[in-house]
Amino acid sequence: MASAHGSLPLEARGLTVRFGALAALDDIDLTLDGSAPVAILGANGAGKSVLLRVLHGLLAPSEGEITWSGAYSRPADQAMVFQRPVLLRRSALANVEYALAIQGVRGSERRARAAEALARVGLSPIASRPARVLSGGEQQRVALARAWATRPRLAFLDEPTASLDPAAAAEVERVMGEMHAAGTAIVFTTHHLGLARRAAAEIVFLDRGRVTERTPAERFFTEPRSPQAAAYLEGELP
Amino acid sequence: MHDLGASLVLAYYLATGGDPELWGIVKLSLAVSVASAVLACAMGLPLGALVAVTRFPGRRAVVVVMNALLGLPSVVVGLVFYILLSRAGPLGELGILFTPAAIVVAQTFLVLPVVAALSRQFVEDAWNEYREQLTSLGVKALRAVPTLLWDLRYSLLTVVLVGLGRAASEVGAVMIVGGNIAGVTRVMTTAIALETEKGDLPLALALGVILLSLVLAVNALAHLVREWSMKRHG
Amino acid sequence: MNAPIARLIARFATPWIVAALALAGAPPALAGDFITVASTTSTEQSGLFKYLLPEAKKALGFDVHVVAVGTGQALDMARRGDADVVFVHDKVAEEKFLAEGYGVKRYEVMYNDFVIVGPKADPAHAKGNDVVEALKKIAHAQAPFASRGDKSGTDAAEKRYWKEAGIKPQGSWYRETGSGMGPTLNTASGMDAYALTDRGTWLSFRNRGDLAILVEGDSKLFNQYGVMLVNPAKHPHVKKEMGRKFIDWLISPAGQAAIAHYQVGGEQLFFPNYRP
Repeated sequence: MASAHGSLPLEARGLTVRFGALAALDDIDLTLDGSAPVAILGANGAGKSVLLRVLHGLLAPSEGEITWSGAYSRPADQAMVFQRPVLLRRSALANVEYALAIQGVRGSERRARAAEALARVGLSPIASRPARVLSGGEQQRVALARAWATRPRLAFLDEPTASLDPAAAAEVERVMGEMHAAGTAIVFTTHHLGLARRAAAEIVFLDRGRVTERTPAERFFTEPRSPQAAAYLEGELP
Repeated sequence: MHDLGASLVLAYYLATGGDPELWGIVKLSLAVSVASAVLACAMGLPLGALVAVTRFPGRRAVVVVMNALLGLPSVVVGLVFYILLSRAGPLGELGILFTPAAIVVAQTFLVLPVVAALSRQFVEDAWNEYREQLTSLGVKALRAVPTLLWDLRYSLLTVVLVGLGRAASEVGAVMIVGGNIAGVTRVMTTAIALETEKGDLPLALALGVILLSLVLAVNALAHLVREWSMKRHG
Repeated sequence: MNAPIARLIARFATPWIVAALALAGAPPALAGDFITVASTTSTEQSGLFKYLLPEAKKALGFDVHVVAVGTGQALDMARRGDADVVFVHDKVAEEKFLAEGYGVKRYEVMYNDFVIVGPKADPAHAKGNDVVEALKKIAHAQAPFASRGDKSGTDAAEKRYWKEAGIKPQGSWYRETGSGMGPTLNTASGMDAYALTDRGTWLSFRNRGDLAILVEGDSKLFNQYGVMLVNPAKHPHVKKEMGRKFIDWLISPAGQAAIAHYQVGGEQLFFPNYRP
């Protein structure tokens, strides 16, 4: 059952994840206190999505340990928005309500909070449309609204603006800012460097499963500390 | 060909003639088939879903057995239930042998594996797709079952129709546990078998045409429901 | 346990509970109204019961449910206690049934006759009114013969005639279908074969092909039907009062007259012959 303890601080020590012989994550130490948004950057295959899943408690590490607020069990007050969100065969509003129902929120409050969350992401006009017929960008925003509605302490976003047009991407960026302002700690991965620069306070850079640096966002883009990060920014790595 | 033409004409006259014996048979067929399909689905859909989302020792063997039961010979089921329900058998006290209740029980046991095996497959495929997202939302495997069943409702409607068709077409087991008693346990399929035995092939075929039309009507109705629902929910 | 799982379990268990209640509650409702009679496919398929049972219901006030299977199977059903009355046509098997203690008393109710049907061209020259001679000729000519081979009264009679002819029928010309009279006649019709059948089934049979009655009238072809109440001493649940009333009606002048009245195509099929 859901644990009563909170998600933060999140402490990971010696995290290693192996798939067969391959180490997707290699001896990672990471602490998150949620004070500022964190962006995880790295080349394709660096292990960003795997790291996110481990931090969220979806994937158990092969070695090492991870605790949330000192406890080993996965807390309930966190949410994750996947790169390709899975929405149920019901309306956008009902999808958001579903997440609230799981949390135990009762009928009328559920509807109100779900409607508010959809309004936040600018989707009120299509709230009663079937979620599956919406565009990619709209579906991504429904997933965001779903994450927002449950007022998580910690939210993981995996490439939230991938495959979105600039207008939709700007919407998502705005929502991320609002979530942070409302008290949700944001951890996200992205290839959009502009988003990372504007939305993150800190950058964690992954190279082949290892953290090569953790730098305030300001400095990272002008003076990265590690050669791998520098190469990435130069565009030599994909 | 001559038989077929004669049968189609005969089917028309039978269907529009209002023969009380025929309509009694049709009503009974519908009643027992729907009853067994409902029972089998009420048990089989959750059962299939549970096996799909849970992990337990011996699960692979269970899945193999469930799939194998798809080929369960109905005559065997009929025989087993005859032995169970006979006065000389363990459940003889119930006194339901040669009554419609026995038909429903036997048919339910034939339809149940079909519904369970098919729903397991559908739900397992969906669970693989939804699992990460649902786990992230805090939905555990058991709690996911009603969500998955509802999300798969269109595919599962097809499973229900397969179950209904299986029930409506059953003849061997129904004959054995029902006894094909005129006015009591004679259904469309056993009536067709009887008329075939008597050599009255045009009548047997005509009854067959009526049975097929009923099944077609049910399927058409289900299709319409599905289309209307898809427009509303997507 | 949270609400959705409780709902799920309720959905799962409810049908079982409902079914169990229905099964437990249903029998009393049916119990007072009917008896179960194990009889033969030939009687059923000749249409006799369709005519006779409504008459019985009018006279007696309760329903008679007939389960029509082969004679052997009917007697086995009764041995298991799944019938209240047996109404079959194999004196030897019936007397064995009585001797084993499963029946109370045997009453002779009616008779019909067997005939041998075969292709109109009659390649074995079996036509006539001597069944044993006819079978000898059929075996000699190795003409196709369709037999029931299913422990039925008709099959038992057929085996007796072969025995009397001193012939053990085997070979590709002798086909045992292992099934009822109808399917056996279907096979005979399809193969242009000879077959032994009761007149009643033949008169109602619609798929005759090229077959016609070739041998009839031999007194050996006389097919006696007997009725017995299943012994309540062996099976206490047998509905003995209603069973006895049904048997009494069958052998009463009213019942016997009803049997005589039944006709197919203008011909009487069954001849009541109860003698007190």
